[in-house]
Amino acid sequence: MRFPFLTAIYCLPLLAVLIIFCFPARCRVAIRMVALVSSVAALAMTVLLFFWYDRVAGGLQFVEKVPWVSTLGISYFVGVNGINVILLLLTGIIITAGVLASWEVAHRQKEFFILLLTLTTGVFGVFMSWNLFLFFLFYEVAVLPMYLLIGIWGTGRKEYAAMKLTLYLMAGSALILAGILGLYFAAGQRSFDLDLLEKAAYDPVFQRVFFPILFVGFGILAALWPFHTWSPDGHASAPTAVSMLHAGVLMKLGAYGCLLVPMTLLPDGARFWLPMVALLSVVNIVYGSLGATAQKDLKYIVAYSSVSHMGIVMLGLSSMNGTGIGGAVLQMFSHGIMTGLFFALVGMIYGRTHTRMVDEQGGLASRIPVLAAFFVLTGLTSLGLPGLSGFPAELAVFIGAFRAYPVVTVVCTTGIVITAFYVLRLLQRLFFGVRRNTNGAAFGDAKSAFGDAKSAFGDANTVEFIALALLMLFILAVGLYPMPFVRVIGSAVAPIAARLGGM
Amino acid sequence: MADPVVLALAVPLCPLAAFALTWLLARGRPAAGAALSLPAIALSFVLSAVMLWGQVQAPGAIQADIPWMPAGRLSISMGILLNPLSALMMVIVTGVSLLVQIYSLGYMRGDPGFARFFSYLSLFSFSMLTLVLADNFILLYMAWELVGLCSYLLIGFWYEKPEAARAAKKAFVVTRVGDLGFLVGILMLSLLAGTFDFAGVARFIGAGSVPQGQVTLVVLLLFCGAVGKSGQFPLHVWLPDAMEGPTPVSALIHSATMVAAGVFMVARLYGIFQESADALRVVAGLGAFTAVFAAAIALAQDDIKRILAYSTISQLGYMMLALGVGGYGAGLFHLTTHAAFKTLLFLGAGSVIHAAGTNDIRQMGGLARRMPVTTVTFAVAVLAIAGIFPLSGFWSKDEILEAVRAGGHPVLYMVALGTVFLTAVYMSRLFFMAFTGASRGEGAHESPAIMTVPLLILAVLAAGLGMLGSPWVGRGIHGLLDPAAPRPVLNMGILVLSNGLAAAGILLALVLFGGRAGARAAHARKAGPLYSLLANKFYIDELYLLLIRALFFSLTTAVAWFDRHIVDGTVNLVGGASKMGGALLRRTLSGKIQGYALIITCGALAALAILLAAGLGLFGAWLTGPGILGPGGAGR
Repeated sequence: MRFPFLTAIYCLPLLAVLIIFCFPARCRVAIRMVALVSSVAALAMTVLLFFWYDRVAGGLQFVEKVPWVSTLGISYFVGVNGINVILLLLTGIIITAGVLASWEVAHRQKEFFILLLTLTTGVFGVFMSWNLFLFFLFYEVAVLPMYLLIGIWGTGRKEYAAMKLTLYLMAGSALILAGILGLYFAAGQRSFDLDLLEKAAYDPVFQRVFFPILFVGFGILAALWPFHTWSPDGHASAPTAVSMLHAGVLMKLGAYGCLLVPMTLLPDGARFWLPMVALLSVVNIVYGSLGATAQKDLKYIVAYSSVSHMGIVMLGLSSMNGTGIGGAVLQMFSHGIMTGLFFALVGMIYGRTHTRMVDEQGGLASRIPVLAAFFVLTGLTSLGLPGLSGFPAELAVFIGAFRAYPVVTVVCTTGIVITAFYVLRLLQRLFFGVRRNTNGAAFGDAKSAFGDAKSAFGDANTVEFIALALLMLFILAVGLYPMPFVRVIGSAVAPIAARLGGM
Repeated sequence: MADPVVLALAVPLCPLAAFALTWLLARGRPAAGAALSLPAIALSFVLSAVMLWGQVQAPGAIQADIPWMPAGRLSISMGILLNPLSALMMVIVTGVSLLVQIYSLGYMRGDPGFARFFSYLSLFSFSMLTLVLADNFILLYMAWELVGLCSYLLIGFWYEKPEAARAAKKAFVVTRVGDLGFLVGILMLSLLAGTFDFAGVARFIGAGSVPQGQVTLVVLLLFCGAVGKSGQFPLHVWLPDAMEGPTPVSALIHSATMVAAGVFMVARLYGIFQESADALRVVAGLGAFTAVFAAAIALAQDDIKRILAYSTISQLGYMMLALGVGGYGAGLFHLTTHAAFKTLLFLGAGSVIHAAGTNDIRQMGGLARRMPVTTVTFAVAVLAIAGIFPLSGFWSKDEILEAVRAGGHPVLYMVALGTVFLTAVYMSRLFFMAFTGASRGEGAHESPAIMTVPLLILAVLAAGLGMLGSPWVGRGIHGLLDPAAPRPVLNMGILVLSNGLAAAGILLALVLFGGRAGARAAHARKAGPLYSLLANKFYIDELYLLLIRALFFSLTTAVAWFDRHIVDGTVNLVGGASKMGGALLRRTLSGKIQGYALIITCGALAALAILLAAGLGLFGAWLTGPGILGPGGAGR
């Protein structure tokens, strides 16, 4: 039997969970080393997968298929196409950086890593499942630990945020479950395997009824307007690594779900509803960036910026052509890493200044030049600067979407000016100008923390630097030469676009 | 002889390598930054000169591409197009960069960010040279944004100064407003032409299958980018503020090279622009208006660098005017001479600021005796920009005037002539106030040789470059840019007219500002409301600020409120309603057996009733039919 490559990927964090279970909580170094080793190994495997995936042949590869509950059509069916390859790679990168960003977690460290890695297991699983039952199982494994992670390790109104997020996502799950059951029964094949369901000819009326159910169910997780308000509260309250995973990977999971299930299986429904989605994505993009402009808390700014950038993903999906959908997937990857960087940096800055309010800081560039440089680069990625990953992704989305909805797309492009405005204003207030924290004026609790000595906080340490550099490496790789990424994605997007009738 | 493509690629890549190596190797060693940057740009300059020489010998386009990203049927590539225009621009960009970098060795000496400064200059050179060489819209747009980034980084170089940080942000955001139009134009082209290649698009549009209205729209959208980058009205507001950056940056980026990118873009895409006469009329009209508008503002400014900034805006307007009326060669000729004399003016201003310790020309005076080299070279530049025969500005400006006149635009011609007069006045005012009259700066002294040598070289260029367009050197620059161009002739009528106007302007400035310092303020007071209108730049910044406050910020606040209270309020309402519903239902679990028994009985009766009804066939059709799930859906 061939080595079960895909199973091994998600088993790595699972294995780490089991090992950490066996350690006493006081073995702090051992626990985080186990977490790190497992995530680095998983990252290495996803990188290998990226190189080994045959992008010329395309299609589903590395397939492992074992019957499970045959009477119900449930099988253990994992495999990857080009989109999966990219998203698994994203997950590997984010979890590795996330573990590094959680290096100094002190409170109940053992439980923290157990939950974090459980969540990772679920995410890896979702991105390779080709049986809807298995998909849903992993999906729930990914969503549930979030509640505890925010509720226990969060800050601010964490119980409220955790409950809101979980209930909201559960509502989405309910819709998804209903939708999946509908697909299962309507296909009449007694199978949850996606390749079989794909061949089912669903009645157009059925498609129109079930498309919105499934799309909204997944769209909630992708912060589709107006179902996005869990995201700012959730991100603001979550600990750093959880924000990174959540905005970096879980939101992509929603968009991926939209693409995998309703858009692929229900093409008639998609053609009927996607123009509506395009309109919603305008709201996402413009409204999200306006919202980000109005915020004063760093995490809220980044969260609203995520709402805006996920709108670009949605716009790409709604374009129904290969360019737009491919751009959307590239944007998922790009935004995942970018927002991971953002949240990691916000966490690192908060760890130093003990405030997330923009108005309470200033002139940080001269104190923490390395962190400032990373923050500036991340900000430039978010405003779509060429050479960084946001540009090719947004460009492809805009080219694709312009073909389908010219006017809508032009409205969306105004988002890039607003984004430039709020990002640069943020950089200016946070890093440039007068050092507002060194004189320690008007700071409340934070005053004692860093008001006095310059040695109170320093620049990025080695662990932080590695985490940031890892993420930045991929931002640059995609930005400078997107071809390998676009090729892999394109091999999987083309059949979907063909089903939708786009070009 | 090596492959010209490799040589052309080496021109932008040398500074890029310098940039990367500075960050990798030179951390903490300031001198290393310059040691990497200067040789790189010098090599680029030599290569560019070789390339230009090749084009002079045998004009022709050389193009090379590598695929970068597929986008459906479209393919996006990274490619270069070397032709006479780009070779000329390469020489201008690398030449100015080289001189500015040498000058910066002196100007930036001892600055804590010395290495960073040179690394940014290298990054800028790379980006600008890529912009010049790009053969397609996407790469042009990418380089366009990258030079914007370098401009942002260098305006905000002294980021601890709040004004610098603010000006950097303003520059980026304002130019991005223009770039938005540029991007939409590119998107339209992707749909219309199906290619991003300059030549391909020009061929496609030239074929005439695109409706005229759409061509005009696309061209005007592309032009939006040029308006932002080249500081044309109404997006000019960022350029004067950009003077917060170090003066060498102002000389390099905000006068000679990057801000000329808009003009270059129009020239590079001239074949496309020419397809729409309406769009060209807009280019000409906007250019002429900007020229006179900015020159008028420059009359009433007191900051030496801001005067030069408005002068740059005005001169760029001239170039746009030239291109708009069909004076392709004239516009580019002026771009070339302007690069020389405006760089000289800025570097001279830097020398003055270095010596006088202020930007305010009212605080200066009598510098001529203390700084002879700076004064003489500055005077050459002032005469050149005023258009005095036979300095370089005269030749290029007169060609523009000739092109406007020949194009049959009497109004634009008058405007252009008026601008000649205004230019002479504000430049002479600057010169007289700073260099003549009572001496003020006691400690002022001449700058070191590392700064004055570039001034002398530029002075020679500012004086002599015009010969390229004179009737005495064959077809000169025009032969290079346009093989069909006729040999230039000297139009005596325009010569007399423009020199007369310029001389009148200089005399007026001498009378008004050449005297004692006290008289100057009196003149300002006498001018009254017109003066304050000009001094306040027609209140355009204030107007924009007001609009941003009134429209944009109130919109963001409204969105934030709506999101918090309406969208999220609904979510919380659902949550609250569930809780309340739960609280109500909890009452039913009273723990009293009688209550439960009652509910059970009612439930049982209801179930019975339903079963009976089903038995009687009341729901028959609904239960046995296909149902909402369709055939096979609800089965079993």
